Amino acid sequence: MASGQQWVLVEMVQAFYEAPAYHLILEGILILWIIRLLFSKTYKLHETYKLTEKEKEDLIEEWQPEPLVPATSKDHPSLNYVVVTGPPSHKIVIDGKECINFASFNFLGLLDNKRVKEKALASLKKYGVGTCGPRGFYGTFDVHLELESRLAKFMKTEEAIIYSYGFATIASAIPAYSKRGDIIFVDEAACFSIQKGLQASRSFIKYFKHNDMEDLERLLKEQELEDQKNPRKARVTRKFIVVEGLYINTADICPLPDLVKLKYKYKVRIFLEESMSFGVLGEHGRGVTEHFGVNIDDIDLISANMENAVASIGGFCCGRSFVIDHQRLSGQGYCFSASLPPMLAAAAIEALNIMEEDPDIFTVLREKSKQIYMDLQGTPGLKLVGVPFAPALHLQLEKSSGCRNSDMQLLRSIVDYCLEKHVVLTLARYLEKEERFLPPPSIRVVVTIEQTEDDIQKAVSCIKEAASALLK
Amino acid sequence: MTESSANKLLNGDACHRTANGRKASKNGFVKNHCLFQQPHKYRRPREKNQNVTHNSSLYKKPFSESFEETPLLVAVLTYMGYGILTIFGYLRDFLRHWNIEKCHVARERDEQKDFVPLYQDFENFYTRNLYMRIRDNWNRPICSVPGAKMDLVERVSHDYNWTFEHTGKVVKDVINMGSYNYLGFAENTGTCADAAIEATQAYGVGVGSTRCEMGNLDIHEEMEQLVARFLGVESSMAFGMGFATNSMNIPALTGKGCLILSDELNHASLVLGARLSASTIRVFKHNNMQSLEKLLRDAIVHGQPRTHRPWKKILIVVEGIYSMEGSIVRLPEIIALKKRYKAYLYLDEAHSIGALGPNGRGVVDYFGLDPKDVDIMMGTFTKSFGAAGGYIGGKKELIDYLRRHSHSALYATSMSPPVAQQIITSMKIIMGEDGTTLGADRLRQLSENTTYFRRKLREMGFIIYGNDDSPVVPMMLYMPAKIGAFGREMLKRNIGTVVVGFPATPIIESRARFCVSAAHTRETLNTALEAISEVGDLLQLKYSRREQPLPSLGWMSEESLLQD
Repeated sequence: MASGQQWVLVEMVQAFYEAPAYHLILEGILILWIIRLLFSKTYKLHETYKLTEKEKEDLIEEWQPEPLVPATSKDHPSLNYVVVTGPPSHKIVIDGKECINFASFNFLGLLDNKRVKEKALASLKKYGVGTCGPRGFYGTFDVHLELESRLAKFMKTEEAIIYSYGFATIASAIPAYSKRGDIIFVDEAACFSIQKGLQASRSFIKYFKHNDMEDLERLLKEQELEDQKNPRKARVTRKFIVVEGLYINTADICPLPDLVKLKYKYKVRIFLEESMSFGVLGEHGRGVTEHFGVNIDDIDLISANMENAVASIGGFCCGRSFVIDHQRLSGQGYCFSASLPPMLAAAAIEALNIMEEDPDIFTVLREKSKQIYMDLQGTPGLKLVGVPFAPALHLQLEKSSGCRNSDMQLLRSIVDYCLEKHVVLTLARYLEKEERFLPPPSIRVVVTIEQTEDDIQKAVSCIKEAASALLK
Repeated sequence: MTESSANKLLNGDACHRTANGRKASKNGFVKNHCLFQQPHKYRRPREKNQNVTHNSSLYKKPFSESFEETPLLVAVLTYMGYGILTIFGYLRDFLRHWNIEKCHVARERDEQKDFVPLYQDFENFYTRNLYMRIRDNWNRPICSVPGAKMDLVERVSHDYNWTFEHTGKVVKDVINMGSYNYLGFAENTGTCADAAIEATQAYGVGVGSTRCEMGNLDIHEEMEQLVARFLGVESSMAFGMGFATNSMNIPALTGKGCLILSDELNHASLVLGARLSASTIRVFKHNNMQSLEKLLRDAIVHGQPRTHRPWKKILIVVEGIYSMEGSIVRLPEIIALKKRYKAYLYLDEAHSIGALGPNGRGVVDYFGLDPKDVDIMMGTFTKSFGAAGGYIGGKKELIDYLRRHSHSALYATSMSPPVAQQIITSMKIIMGEDGTTLGADRLRQLSENTTYFRRKLREMGFIIYGNDDSPVVPMMLYMPAKIGAFGREMLKRNIGTVVVGFPATPIIESRARFCVSAAHTRETLNTALEAISEVGDLLQLKYSRREQPLPSLGWMSEESLLQD
């Protein structure tokens, strides 16, 4: 075998010597050709794809963008806002008609309060209206510092921070802590400003079913398993639960004690949005924590706006200094925005004074809420959504027609009917395409302590009349 | 558009460059199809002299902006400064870790020690070791109107700025060079304040509902009609917060499959809005039209990445005056580009509305352009009007669409009535509708003050950034140690200034920023200038290596500029 192979080699060498020169040259060229083919690309990509200037120019000429905004019909219902003349307080004037207001979130009736106005005026006479700067650059007024310390004291937390816009509060607070790669567990019914905060944070978002602690625990367990697989990653992945105290979209309350248990079990931080419950729930109006008797230090961050019960403008976050202080450099809506006009801060301070002086108003508010809740039961064709002590309830259709627009139309006719009878209600408005979980259409019924027994009776009978006349 | 026509332009020959370029491109005869091209390619980033006006045919008056290059030695020293601070930072972190140095940082609760840390340790390194040293220069509390002079609450720190204590004393009559009070409407007396008082008495301060539900007051409608008239647009809508006007309305206008071309120095609110909109975002160099045009061409030619589908819309997002650079947007060129490439234009006039233009109507007025050429006119009421909030103005269809789709209209409480009243009154004064010339006086005073203040600073030898007409005047400090020193030395001389460093600026370009106001009198400005010069000598801040005096800047005539 070995000798045979040797023979072949010798023969090859011999053939090489005997071959004519032209043959060798040809073979050499062929070999080089093969090598070249092996090392060169079959065709050049950029040559075939490169456009000439003329072609580019044609493309540019050809391109037609979509219109900036889609065309809209002139008679779209929400195009023409209802015009309110004068203060939108208990007695509200719409189209020249004086009505009773069941639509503004003026729970404690502080919107047109004399004391609040006087304090705001005094502040206006001292500081003017605007602040002309963000907090960092001479936009911090002594009133802001006072309001922050008052809020912290009121909520019994270490520190509070104020924002100049209610919507921006939680929307800025979430991305200040939760970054790319972190995980946020959120209730499906969370309001729109929470959704925007989640989006800005670019974290992983996991939605759990509304108020369903089992579903939340299932997600937390899943995550725990995931963490065990990759402990190194788990050590730097922050986890948060974001919930609302009283949900603005469903008017029910979050099961806070259960959430706190889950917090310590799975080591997740809790952010609580209390815009609807601050100044409403609890013996002193401190919100859901006081309502359930939960230690406020167990909640990592509480945020609320000062536009509902407090009847001013702006929002605040409170909690431990360790958490809150971080927002002073990282809260976008805090750092990059002009600060709250001092007169609005002064109004909020006076509202806090009123709330501290007379905690009975919270009891009154809850009583009225309960009364309306009871009275509105059994409205034909409508179901009442929410807990009895919630001051902003929803009336939904018992049987949906299947088409959102016609449902809205039906509910709007009820609102219009009540307006005829001098009772102001409003439809709850949502951006239908942008909401993560769009709530069903509903009418808001907002309670304030200024509504008398008669007012409530009148409103309830109006709604019932309208419902039985319009819903068959 | 050939070389010779470009030369003609520079000689001041009125040649319609745009029309010329388009005609040529249709025939396909000329090689170069771009609207704006320079003989040399891109400027290198460090080479920041932008004195020469390109495309001067588009401008009705000289447009002169300068960004003097950072001297090399200064740059090296600045980096060294940061190096030393970082080394000391690590040293002190080490000492804190071993409890040799007392640690002032707030701690996590004991119950939550085993949670994943809320902050990464290195995240706060800068705050702990650099910012904390000079923290007293920011958030200084004031206790008066933020007018030409203000009163500061005196505060001291006994633990190197970790905590502050108010002494109970007030530092009276500090000259305010920091507030954005361009037209001096931050006042607690006078027409505006009186009207705001009346509005408070009539309406109260809150609203308690959104515009879409029950928060649309007659005063809001009145204000919006006035704003539309002021801007020269068909319709307008106002929102309760300037930041949110951007961040909550851009998502309503663009979405997936749309492209946003954004200036690299755009404000955080515009960046957030663009990000929330889920559009693709591409960034062009600050005020650089060649960079913008290249992005526009590439975008239209190549379409969306990977799928190569054409973009649905392209939105150019720019600001009127850039608040950290003091530069004014090259609006005539942008409008030419936008028309050529069928893009839409979003103009944020946060700092320029009221502060620029012969009628105070912002950059559009300043350049003498037609407001209808800007698709989305955005601005804030916080600055020139001494109020709060923001607006969007434009075609009626746009505003009608926003009324139904703006996040702010549906979910955020509407603007406080006294704030709306302040806007109405101050705007009427600017427009002269109050029957006086007070508004015109303010506008003239502001522009005089701006020119005077900028000229003086430049003569003193400071490096000043930005446009000659911009009331925002950034003055370069460069070194980190000088940030704190400048702010404190100025306060000692009873002048409140704003100092900014990283991350608001590039790391070596720390600066002080002055905002000129119509409320400043010549004496006030002179006092401030004297103090600045004194501190400038003390801290060796007069970096400029330009020859003095400068014939081509500040007071130049039109001819001298065009020869430039």
